[in-house]
Amino acid sequence: MTYLRVLDCGPATSVQDAGRFGYRRYGVSTAGAMDHISLSLANALVGNAPHEAAVELVLSGGRFELQGGAALCAVAGGGAELLIDGRPVAPLHSACAYEGSILQVRSPNRGVFAYLSFSGAVKSPCVMGSRATHRRTGLGGAPLQPGDRLPLDDGEAFTGEFAPLRLRQPQAPARQPSGNEIRILPGPQLDAFPPDALSALDGAEFTIDALSDRMAYRLRGAAPMRRCSTELVSDGVTPGSLQIPGDGTVLVLMRDCQTTGGYPKIANVISADLHHLAQIPPGQRVRLRQVTHAQAVSAARGLKVWMASLKHGIDPALTEPDVKVLLGCNLISGVTDGKS
Amino acid sequence: MSPPRNRSDRAAEFYEPRILDCGDAALSVDFGNFIDPQVNARVMALDAALSARSIPGVVEAVPSYRALMVHVDPCRVDFDELRHTLLKLASSSGQVGLRRQRWVVPVVYGGAFGEDLEVLATRHGLSNTQLIDLHSAPVYRVYMVGFMPGFSYLGGMDARLRTPRRTQPRPSAPASSISIGGSQSAIGSLPAPSGWHLIGRTPVRPFMPSRTPQFLFQPGDEIVFDPIAERRWNALDAAAAAGETVAQPAS
Repeated sequence: MTYLRVLDCGPATSVQDAGRFGYRRYGVSTAGAMDHISLSLANALVGNAPHEAAVELVLSGGRFELQGGAALCAVAGGGAELLIDGRPVAPLHSACAYEGSILQVRSPNRGVFAYLSFSGAVKSPCVMGSRATHRRTGLGGAPLQPGDRLPLDDGEAFTGEFAPLRLRQPQAPARQPSGNEIRILPGPQLDAFPPDALSALDGAEFTIDALSDRMAYRLRGAAPMRRCSTELVSDGVTPGSLQIPGDGTVLVLMRDCQTTGGYPKIANVISADLHHLAQIPPGQRVRLRQVTHAQAVSAARGLKVWMASLKHGIDPALTEPDVKVLLGCNLISGVTDGKS
Repeated sequence: MSPPRNRSDRAAEFYEPRILDCGDAALSVDFGNFIDPQVNARVMALDAALSARSIPGVVEAVPSYRALMVHVDPCRVDFDELRHTLLKLASSSGQVGLRRQRWVVPVVYGGAFGEDLEVLATRHGLSNTQLIDLHSAPVYRVYMVGFMPGFSYLGGMDARLRTPRRTQPRPSAPASSISIGGSQSAIGSLPAPSGWHLIGRTPVRPFMPSRTPQFLFQPGDEIVFDPIAERRWNALDAAAAAGETVAQPAS
């Protein structure tokens, strides 16, 4: 059995995959990777299907040890860097790690979330069809701590050699809005707000508040947001929902959010932009921009096309010859006296 | 938008449902801002009708008090066709949903099991016994399961027990707490913060990942509370921990 042993990691490090679906009617949050695009990329680089379970690191690095066997490893997201036994792995490349290898992930320097993936994927227990950790309920396990060991296979350790891979196509899908523009759709409870509330959001700039996490991002704007005092009977919510809780901020629900809620929802971040919002660190600014439903669907389709083409954009990496590998090869036939 | 209405209202029954977009990955079929058994019955009926069909791009549906949220894959679903189907089903399904299950749920009321019961009783000018009688008399309806896995929101509580939520929520209420918030009652599941009044606990675990079924109560189920003596707690709690439902199915 191959394991990943945690030597060091930040407090919000956890196993994530696409999330837990089919149980929202029982109050089960989906959880899942905050940046499913970077997760897909990390998985493609090690030959996995896009949404296999990986380790999600949040605003911090980590150090890990591979035990029991070899694995192909990669990191993607937030500009984070992977080092194997002190040797940096080039961005958008995977590399082979061996039994006893120390893997170091440096903090994401451009974003928030980084994904550390392994060939064969993380094989922690599956709960209701998913390995995603939902911290609040403990479903899928708890955030990782030093000393934890994650299984990386189903019992058959691989002690051979993995051929590293690289991405040859553009790293991220082409994105129409520039910089930190986040597209939104109005509703569903627009009539619970003052008439000018939506236009106050559209084009407005906000700062990501430090009190942001996997459940919700809190946005602080120049002018406090007003909401109607109408009480709403609880109904369904979804990641991306924008709520105005009444303390002047805007709350954007994220992957760990609850399934139902009573605050009025003024708008929704479009599905194609939620991972982008997730990668904007606290203290940085975003601008909201209203788009049409058709534009939102078109953006979602564009992302899907990019993801489908991912596996075709993965090539064997061109690497420096590995001395260990070379010594294991028989490059000449016959016998020499060693002098020539 | 009009404020929520709590009593059965003829208008609620004939409210024209609306389809509201919730971003590009969900739609809500909205039956109005009501807490009303007829409105909830319409949600359940639509939920049943929808689940009987297999519509490409529909991921799952989540019923709540007064709306059905339909989560979709925007790349697969035909939005126009889905909206049309939902409206058609919403108008034609009436209130005949799948009749689910009635459960008898044992509860230890008050004392260490329901630390707000005595204060609440005094507040309403009742004795503890009177409050317990009033709370355990009705047949409740599960309107929605949300907030936490298995947390069941109930309708049908006696109006005399209505109490606004606490101004200071508790950081953690015990697992399986029976509580009152506004005009609703609830069966809690996992320990969680709570702004509701805790009046008792049930040994039943509405959610248990290691048990089959993992979830006991579904929207549309009926609940009858059975007050039990504290001395029965340990045995029932142990049975529930071992995976027994403990809640008794009733016809």
